[in-house]
Amino acid sequence: MFVFNQQSGMPGVKADIISQLQKDILHMQGFRSKLTDTVPDIDLGPVNTAFPNGIFPTGAIHEFLCAAKEHAAATTGFVSALAGNLMQRGGVCIWISVARTLFPPSLQTFGIAPDRVIFIDMQRIKDALWTLEEALKCNGIAAVIAEVPEISFTQSRRLQLVVEQSKVTGFILRTSSRSANTTACVTRWKISPLPSELEEGMPGLGFPRWNVDLLKVRNGRPGTWKMEWAEGKCVVISGDAATVIIPGRQLKVG
Amino acid sequence: MSRRFMSIWFRHLLTDWHVRRQPGLQNKPFVLAAPVHNRMVITSASPAAATQGIRPGMPLADAKAIVSSLEVFDDEPERAAQLLKALGEWCIRYTPVVGIDLPDGLILDVSGCTHLWGGERPYLKEIITKIRAIGYDVRGAMADTIGTAWAISRYGKITPIIDSEGQRNALMLLPPAALRLEEEILARLQKLGLHQIGSFMNMPASVLRRRFGPQLLLRLGQALGYEIEAIEPLHPVPPYEERLPCLEPIRTAPGIEIAINVLLEQLCLRLQKEGKGLRTAILKGYRVDNRMVQAEIGTSHASHHPQHLFRLFELKIPTIEPALGIELFTLEASKVEDVSPSQEVLWIGNPGLKTPAVAELLDRLAGKIGEDCIRRYLPAEHYWPERSFKTATSLDDKPATAWRTDKPRPVQLLSKPEPIEVTAPIPDYPPMLFRYKGKLHEIRKADGPERIEREWWLDGGEHRDYYNVEDADGQRYWLFRSGHYSGDQSQWFIHGFFA
Repeated sequence: MFVFNQQSGMPGVKADIISQLQKDILHMQGFRSKLTDTVPDIDLGPVNTAFPNGIFPTGAIHEFLCAAKEHAAATTGFVSALAGNLMQRGGVCIWISVARTLFPPSLQTFGIAPDRVIFIDMQRIKDALWTLEEALKCNGIAAVIAEVPEISFTQSRRLQLVVEQSKVTGFILRTSSRSANTTACVTRWKISPLPSELEEGMPGLGFPRWNVDLLKVRNGRPGTWKMEWAEGKCVVISGDAATVIIPGRQLKVG
Repeated sequence: MSRRFMSIWFRHLLTDWHVRRQPGLQNKPFVLAAPVHNRMVITSASPAAATQGIRPGMPLADAKAIVSSLEVFDDEPERAAQLLKALGEWCIRYTPVVGIDLPDGLILDVSGCTHLWGGERPYLKEIITKIRAIGYDVRGAMADTIGTAWAISRYGKITPIIDSEGQRNALMLLPPAALRLEEEILARLQKLGLHQIGSFMNMPASVLRRRFGPQLLLRLGQALGYEIEAIEPLHPVPPYEERLPCLEPIRTAPGIEIAINVLLEQLCLRLQKEGKGLRTAILKGYRVDNRMVQAEIGTSHASHHPQHLFRLFELKIPTIEPALGIELFTLEASKVEDVSPSQEVLWIGNPGLKTPAVAELLDRLAGKIGEDCIRRYLPAEHYWPERSFKTATSLDDKPATAWRTDKPRPVQLLSKPEPIEVTAPIPDYPPMLFRYKGKLHEIRKADGPERIEREWWLDGGEHRDYYNVEDADGQRYWLFRSGHYSGDQSQWFIHGFFA
């Protein structure tokens, strides 16, 4: 599963030791794989290969860059789809925002019952971050989504430490990416809209399509996929599935 | 344990008060008078005037005929109540339950208090001598019932303290007026030659009721302890209150934290035993400089969980200003509700809105940032997009109708539609291109129109024809034309962004 295994004819024993060590390292870095749960909460198909252990990391903080309104809309769709998966087992979602434009009834399309989402609207970023931390501490919650313009490394580190204890999954939508500074989040995504496609000759709009760009993932391999939200599922249409790592992008993300 | 009551009778309440204010009036005949039916009538007379034969109820002119040097003061009707209230407040140091007995007395519930002063006699003596030292002529009596204590304090001649079961003998020799009866009944008793309570006490109840009505029986029963009589305390004791006096004034945040913890432990233990939970609680801190500081918390569900309540108070600690120090903390549960005990679960099967953890989180957030910031939405039956959802009032609210998904709706909706410039080829066709915030978008794909009419019974204006459009970059928008197509005059707006 990991690069080391594929690379050379290493003896089996050594490979075992290495994979055990890798798991230990992941454990120390805050990744907890659910041993009792074989079915992952979020199954993104081919995208799973990008994540450590091949499982979408829940109980972690995910960061999304969305500067433009159009990107914010696409990101909201993608994040709602992820959170909708987490809420399948019941549980509520908390949506924290500074200057919210989200249209609650639309969440139903992405598998979230809008009445199970608690919206918290704040004026100041400082309050929003405090609320975010408090919400992440509460383990009765399926997911916490926060729309904030900026987050510093220290703030994100605090949040990451909180979720390592509480196992709540957090999604941070950074609406202003003037400087995409480094954060302690496990992943960094950028979702942008793609033209929808319909069968030949059909009029109108198709299912929402996104270019899902996984810019950064801790202990995993970033990549880019084209995904479509169709019939209540995220389907990967095509994409370079984590085999090609573009050095330039790595540098950019830092 | 039988209850004990003490009655205090101020023999010359108002005149004593005048003497306290003007010591020169001591031993001088003076009266208080008030107008009744266009003439001045005496309402109370000083002891010196009383010895001359001046009684309350006498016209002032008659009294002046008896004593020419009589001084007269205006009687203020509210004065007695004010004085008794102040004296009652003073008596709180002897017992927490003090009631005012107009026009000239106080009733103290002294059950379980007297041993602190070494018994009933020293207790009574302490209060009487203290009040006499202030300057009021008082008599006091203690008994098992309010009625007997009242009677003995006014008419008793032998001993002021009546033992339990001793009421009957103590009342025997007293006049009927000691039973707090109406004038009419007293006159009838007088007429029949019943000058002592003992002479009619043992008559059959049916006879007494027929002759004198139910009031006599009620008063007799109250004096003998057959009927329950309650006093109205000056300071109602709150049902759920804990007090924590501090040896040293508390001045630090950790000190306040400890105080809150101790109080919450006590209060929650009590609430838990009674199956109750608090909805609002007030912490009061009485400071050395006679000021009071307080912090209030509220919960969305009745709770008796000390850790949770402490976390709510923790947010308020910075607002409590101890100044020179806080001497006494009280914690009062001002709103208490029944708690339905939650069943212990092995698996957390379906965590939802009802999960205690979520409710506690929301309490904490509401305490810090205010309740207005927290919203939950339910579907509303309106086609107009801005009205298609409404705010839920509580966590228990369930959607009455399903959320509509039959028409595509944008994930981001502008709170106010923004005008755009478009180029539309022909009526009822989607635009070919539009300009929004200075950027030109060329439309490649489009759906629509979807006409949404105004709800004319709510507001007036044009209907909207919505189009879902996708530009060359794949960005999807929700545009509408306000009203019918009218060439260049058509107003176009952008209202939302699709995912």
